[in-house]
Amino acid sequence: MSKKPKLAVYKFASCDGCQLSLLDCEDELLAIAGEVEIANFPEASRAVQEGPYDVTLVEGSVTTPHDAERIKEVRQQSKVLITIGACATAGGIQALRNFSDVKEFTSIVYAKPQYISTLATSTPISDHVPVDFELRGCPVNKYQLIELICAYLNGRKPNIPTYSVCVECKRRMTPCVAVSKGEMCLGPVTQAGCGALCPAYTRGCYGCFGPNETPNTSALSEWWTEHGRDKAELVRAFRGFNAWAEPFRKESERHE
Amino acid sequence: MSSKRTIKVDYLARVEGEGAMHVDIKDGKVEDVKLKIFEPPRFFEAFLRGRDFREVPDITARICGICPIAYELGASYAMEDLCGVKVEGPLRALRRLIYNGEWIESHVLHLAMLHAPDFLGYEDAIAMAKDHPDVVKSALRLKKIGNDIMVLLGGREIHPINLKVGGFYKVPTKKELRTLLDDLKWGRDAAIEIGKLVSTFTFPELELDYEFIAMSHLDEYAIIEGQLISNKGLDIPIREYDNHLVESHVEHSTSLHTNVKGRGTAHVGPLARFNLNFEQLPELAKNVSQEIGLGRHCNNPFKSIMIRAVEVVAAFDESIKIIEDYEEPDRPSVDVHPRAGTGYGCTEAPRGICYHRYTIDDAGIVQDAKIVSPTAVNQPTIEKDLWHFVQSNIDLPDEKLQWHCEQAIRNYDPCISCSCHFLKLTVNRR
Repeated sequence: MSKKPKLAVYKFASCDGCQLSLLDCEDELLAIAGEVEIANFPEASRAVQEGPYDVTLVEGSVTTPHDAERIKEVRQQSKVLITIGACATAGGIQALRNFSDVKEFTSIVYAKPQYISTLATSTPISDHVPVDFELRGCPVNKYQLIELICAYLNGRKPNIPTYSVCVECKRRMTPCVAVSKGEMCLGPVTQAGCGALCPAYTRGCYGCFGPNETPNTSALSEWWTEHGRDKAELVRAFRGFNAWAEPFRKESERHE
Repeated sequence: MSSKRTIKVDYLARVEGEGAMHVDIKDGKVEDVKLKIFEPPRFFEAFLRGRDFREVPDITARICGICPIAYELGASYAMEDLCGVKVEGPLRALRRLIYNGEWIESHVLHLAMLHAPDFLGYEDAIAMAKDHPDVVKSALRLKKIGNDIMVLLGGREIHPINLKVGGFYKVPTKKELRTLLDDLKWGRDAAIEIGKLVSTFTFPELELDYEFIAMSHLDEYAIIEGQLISNKGLDIPIREYDNHLVESHVEHSTSLHTNVKGRGTAHVGPLARFNLNFEQLPELAKNVSQEIGLGRHCNNPFKSIMIRAVEVVAAFDESIKIIEDYEEPDRPSVDVHPRAGTGYGCTEAPRGICYHRYTIDDAGIVQDAKIVSPTAVNQPTIEKDLWHFVQSNIDLPDEKLQWHCEQAIRNYDPCISCSCHFLKLTVNRR
């Protein structure tokens, strides 16, 4: 019998990108596989071991009646449940349906809507079961993912900052794209973790990592409005990959 | 007395996304085959309505974490077609370079980590690594080099942030690109060795009459631009796609099925590209395909693993040339101004053609969107393969038959997350 901790990876509605982050740890993958028993990870292996699992990573949002039940079973089998990525932590881009009529959406995409079983909303895992840690990002940062797995395996608190993208920008000494170029940048209200990538490539942040700890979204909206941005642009900016995260949702609704 | 058998897989492994397979056998005859796709629908075509045309590449990237470039570029080409803009010179070369990065990353992941274990009898690449550590380590390094291209040009390997309608936000310097050269040269040699290794595998027999469809371009192995052609007479510009390829909605799948009007199923991806565009492959890749015994034509989908290796060699070879010839452009992108109309884009994702069509208004707001993933096109072909494969191997014990059926599905590297706008395996013997 192996005494290594058992790791499971589950997928709900998503693009597969966040669990791919684990396979993208090319330099670390075999080392990780040496420390844990990869007990259930269908994207990588057909071998499935029964639960319970020590650490479970969940990717994706809940969008079907079947998945709303399945997540409860996953929770029951998991000592620690970590959600990874914007879909699992905030409902993802598919949560844009929450602002519309899903019946109309189904008829736009599918000729026979009666074949489709779907919920009216796309919701984060934490709306359905207790979650031990939420790792943000669209996609997650693979080094944060490794940090998180190591922290849980060693029984310590993970070191994942909750300050804004602006802090990372200043550290990189990237000139502010909002001030210098007038770009619409969500950096001031978005949690760090990507390394302030977009501004480093001269574009505004589009909020992959969701709202930071205390986001002043209304001040940002005001500043954008003063600089000639219209309401439709404001709504679209907050309705991205973390549209259903509460601070972004409320801010977008204010401008509708 | 009649006998019934069911062979099923409830949750297909080593594919991207959620699907299942179900095969019914009655009195030694295949009665039904279903590749079930239960990936929850995500309604991209619906929520793209009302978005600004410049947002579309970043949004459609989220259809698939494995091939975001296919979506970012397909959407960009459609918008550029719509607005009457051409992206040429070094910017076009950089687009091919980052797409090569995605091909390397995706193909190596599939051939070494997801498909090779089928041939060697392992549950996964990690178990395979215990007996073949050098192969897995070499594959991981190859995959990483593909990702390094994505990171350097795109900012990150999954959902790169540096691509836009019209080109890039920021272009690399010559010096920055040249940092990749040593690894690319190592990779080109290592990819040839992987090709030789996979050519020693035992390939189950399966040869059907397919309609292969791929992009085609006179001057290059088509990835980003070209005509749509087939071995059965199709030869059309992308904008005529909807006149020839039609989608239908079947009950057992949240992914729409695609058929060629008046003819039936289509086969897209490595076999299609290889058979239709062999002449455009770089000389080195042609030589490797001769050396490993592929020749210049292949109808057995189990051998797609060899073609993926040849395509990886081609991607490394071309990437080296692009970097060696690179001259920094004056501007990172060309200006694109919206105008009302409909635009079309199609590129070769690692799994095959990926089609986009958008209608926007004068202000650049999306009014209508249609996206067809390669797996949606291949889905009926996979079912056809399974039907024939099971019938010809009906005497195999269930466990072995199931193993080969899963392998046959993986021949297509199905990306279920993409196709669902897809896998569970069941074989029923009665």
